[in-house]
Amino acid sequence: MSVIDRGARSLLLHELVSGLWLTFRYMFRPKVTINYPYEKGPLSPRFRGEHALRRYPSGEERCIACKLCEAICPAQAITIEAEPREDGSRRTTRYDIDMTKCIYCGLCQEACPVDAIVEGPNFEFAAETREELFYNKEKLLANGDRWEAELAANLAADAPYR
Amino acid sequence: MVSFWSGDIGQTVIVVAETILIILVLLLCVAYLTFAERKVLAAVQIRRGPNVVGPWGLLQPIADGIKLVFKETIIPTTANRVVFMIAPMITFILALVAWAVIPFSKGHALANINVGVLYLFAISSLGVYGVIMAGWASNSKYPFLGALRSAAQMVSYEVSIGFVIITVLIGAGSLNLTDIVESQRGESGYFWNWYAFGLLSPMAVIFFISALAETNRVPFDLPEGESELVAGFFAEYSSMSFGLFFLGEYANIILMSTTTSIFFLGGWLSPFPFAPFIWIPGPIWFLLKVFFVVFLFLLVRATFPRFRYDQLMRLGWKVFLPFSLLWVVVTAGATLALGRWVL
Repeated sequence: MSVIDRGARSLLLHELVSGLWLTFRYMFRPKVTINYPYEKGPLSPRFRGEHALRRYPSGEERCIACKLCEAICPAQAITIEAEPREDGSRRTTRYDIDMTKCIYCGLCQEACPVDAIVEGPNFEFAAETREELFYNKEKLLANGDRWEAELAANLAADAPYR
Repeated sequence: MVSFWSGDIGQTVIVVAETILIILVLLLCVAYLTFAERKVLAAVQIRRGPNVVGPWGLLQPIADGIKLVFKETIIPTTANRVVFMIAPMITFILALVAWAVIPFSKGHALANINVGVLYLFAISSLGVYGVIMAGWASNSKYPFLGALRSAAQMVSYEVSIGFVIITVLIGAGSLNLTDIVESQRGESGYFWNWYAFGLLSPMAVIFFISALAETNRVPFDLPEGESELVAGFFAEYSSMSFGLFFLGEYANIILMSTTTSIFFLGGWLSPFPFAPFIWIPGPIWFLLKVFFVVFLFLLVRATFPRFRYDQLMRLGWKVFLPFSLLWVVVTAGATLALGRWVL
């Protein structure tokens, strides 16, 4: 570039103006952000969100209190107590997950032999207090009832790869 | 009734009403300038910007204002309380007071005084006091550094703004803002008679860039560079005392855009002297030009990174000052030798 050319470019603020023109053109691009609370991005069937305890179609809870999830949980977020029910079947009396400890690794659902504990697609369970994040069996079963359709669909979608 | 409105009391009532009208409209413009800024920045960054409060987020500035008013005012224990509270008021009042001489159309100025330019220049120079007082009264290091930077920067760029204005004055032959606009009509009334398109076009660019520095805007926002000085001279301010700085700063942006369009973009003159363009009334043209310059302010903010402080000083003292000084000589010489048409 000759001296005259460079001089003219710097005097006419060539680079500044072309920079302004570039940002001006960007203003009319389609937006890359989604309108979040009203519009949500796609989630994989393997997405590991809020936990849920599932039931059989009969309404019987799936969990058999084998405590594999409690054993494998690397954050030790799961606490289980169990004793035989009146009909003799082995069930939990207590199933707590401390969601503030949980690291959402998904090992509990990998360990579960009956697909009882699963991590669902819900990631919007922020709470105002810490106590609200100490989930008990009741809360987990309620989650299972609420999300059963999505949970079953996700498990079915992921089944061929297991 | 005629006698009442032409009497002293009537005139006072009219002036007060006009003042209140200007201030209300100005504050509304300031509120929506913050909104426009967020929207423009968002658009440049391919985002959406505020769009939840009200239709298209249009109520966002009002929500922000309410939030600001109801916040607690915190005064640091080591601060000088009186000066600390006076500083934002000075900044805000000076930003409003300058509007007294701005002509919105021919004959539509609150005060059509013959030294309008001088008045504007004096008021914008006084603006430094609010900044220095805020920085000093806060009695803490970041505001102090911010105030020092801000004062040095505003003083430096006022010098080149002064010379730029002198070239305009040579062209217009008057210090009256209305006369300055009318002198840009020229013989034919086309837009190339505006000072931004003739011999003074480099001065228009320098004026705009100096206006960026004068209002502490990006890329000259070192006084409030959040990565180094937290928020600069108003780091210790909260609630409405911060709000006054904020309003004053944005009112100054609009003021600088207005003076740019008066000095260089032909104020309320329409760009073409024929049919569809002269139907649009002068104040609308004026508004459009001001909006255009304000938009440039926002686009510049979205585009350029911050200057280093020594670069900023170099640009002000070693580039703009000699160049504008040279241009004063060139303009004066050309006007003397060839007449005013060269501008």
